[in-house]
Amino acid sequence: MAVNVIKPGLSTTVQDLGRPGYYNIGIPLSGGMDRLALKAANLLVGNKEGAAALEAVFMGPELKFTEDATVAVTGAELPPRVDGTPRETWTSFRVRKGQTLSFDFLKKGARAYIAISGGIDVPAVLGSRSTYTLGALGGFKGRKIEAGDKLPVGKGRGAKEGRAIPEKLRRAPGAPAELRMLPGLYWHRITADAGKHFFEDIWKVAPEADRIGYRFRGGRPLEFVPREQPFGAGSDPSNIVDACYPYGSIQVPGGTEPIVLHRDAVSGGGYFMVGTVISADMDLIGQLQPHTAARFVEVTMAQALKARRDQAKLYDRLKASL
Amino acid sequence: MKTRYSYGGDEHIFVECDEEMSLEAFFKSLSMAAAVKKARIKGVTEICPANASMQVKFDPDVIKPAAMLKELKAIEKAAARAKPVIRSRIIEIPVLYNDPWTHETLMRFRERHQDPTSTDIEYTARINNLDGVDGFIKAHSGVPWFVSMVGFVAGLPFLYQMVDRKRQIQSPKYLRPRTDTPKLTVGHGGCFGCIYSVRGAGGYQMFGITPVPIYDPNQKIKHLKDFMCLFRPGDIVRWKPIGREEYDATAAAVEKGKFKLKMKDVTFDLSEFNKDMDGYNAKLMGALNGR
Repeated sequence: MAVNVIKPGLSTTVQDLGRPGYYNIGIPLSGGMDRLALKAANLLVGNKEGAAALEAVFMGPELKFTEDATVAVTGAELPPRVDGTPRETWTSFRVRKGQTLSFDFLKKGARAYIAISGGIDVPAVLGSRSTYTLGALGGFKGRKIEAGDKLPVGKGRGAKEGRAIPEKLRRAPGAPAELRMLPGLYWHRITADAGKHFFEDIWKVAPEADRIGYRFRGGRPLEFVPREQPFGAGSDPSNIVDACYPYGSIQVPGGTEPIVLHRDAVSGGGYFMVGTVISADMDLIGQLQPHTAARFVEVTMAQALKARRDQAKLYDRLKASL
Repeated sequence: MKTRYSYGGDEHIFVECDEEMSLEAFFKSLSMAAAVKKARIKGVTEICPANASMQVKFDPDVIKPAAMLKELKAIEKAAARAKPVIRSRIIEIPVLYNDPWTHETLMRFRERHQDPTSTDIEYTARINNLDGVDGFIKAHSGVPWFVSMVGFVAGLPFLYQMVDRKRQIQSPKYLRPRTDTPKLTVGHGGCFGCIYSVRGAGGYQMFGITPVPIYDPNQKIKHLKDFMCLFRPGDIVRWKPIGREEYDATAAAVEKGKFKLKMKDVTFDLSEFNKDMDGYNAKLMGALNGR
């Protein structure tokens, strides 16, 4: 079967859990920015957790179904409607052949995951159906969806409607959002005072926030420890000899605006990094809207691993709830 | 050369082989990456060599970060004993220097450049004491370049000029990055050259453009049928200056599936190279031409 795109939304892409193994040649992981939400949406409609779904940013698409299917919308609070009748988020519902799925305005969060029973059945490229738009790779023709596209959908039995994830198991960023990070990488490049105010300051998500990275502004500029720049690094004190960038790494070009790299990360470059957001908090970044207040919170490796375990337990409880 | 280890969150370990760029640091990064791959450590999902550093991504549910760090330190010791010899390929990349497309782009972003009154080539020639555009092209294309990293975006090679440090072309990045760079632009930032594999943002100086595709996600281009990215770390590039006519002819041949990439397998030995760079480079260029 297929789903016909009437309106594409702002930037709606096909995403699964990503494409590991090619970062060494500059092809990033891609995949859903909020993986917990993506997995939950899939489970609600009876798919495997890693099936391909749609990731819609800020605004939902309008989709016409050519067959009956079960659908669930998770992540951002982007209320769905079937032929104009409201449906719940985080809850499975049926869409009949010929019916249209549309969305109200965004109420909370930034990215909604729309899972359809059977999964979006675009061809897997390098082992994944995720879209990497910068490289025109994977997903639906390597790009965001457009009006007139016919999205292929796989065969799925489809779970029954009305299955829901309890509210306490839906994770969302607080206000201000707290992003836990492990200092490191080139942390030694900034002064002790700069290190202190980096954590004290309230930052705001800049409009330049996408799948490649999230930029923050509003905090005080970071002062550098003076040094003679190493050969090949470039003249700015924030430059390093071009190196690999970890997912979640926080680079601060010129010492002014931190950028946290995400699932479509550029794999390397010449800017120093102060550390890395821990894996347990990466999902939260995908739900931050521009102008949202955020703080960076220093943690130890032990705390990072504990947070990761807590995140895994949350997912286990979510699975058990279905 | 002092190796420095750092965790990149709970899923990465970053290994800086040296703070500054050198072929020695690159070889250390490459041999460590090769050794990590060979060790088949459970839980490792990405192994990324870079210019003078490398990075491993792993699943901390499978291997604890501290255990991963221990593995890497043991591998560093073994890799230090590896001979700096690799099997490599020398690849000829034709370049139309001073082309109309990068020229149009660099004029559009002139206010973001160090010297708004000259072009990127003129500026770089001047600060490197080269004799104008012609002198620049001679210096840039006269020696081979080493692929010391692939990344930033899909398939983009970072290139290190195979000459003494004092003869290496150096040029700063734009004061503020451009929002646009033509696909297949031959660029330069710091001591590194590059070829932009896709159109997009960039901060490197722009010198020219190649008609030879280096990334094709659809794998329709003949020399990209086996894999969608042409370059891998350790490749050697020879720039061949071409005129507009040859550019158009090559682009048309690529389009028709008739272009054949000029490429030869070679062995690169860093110790031999260091003994006589010019002589070694002449031999490499000779190998490309079947001599």
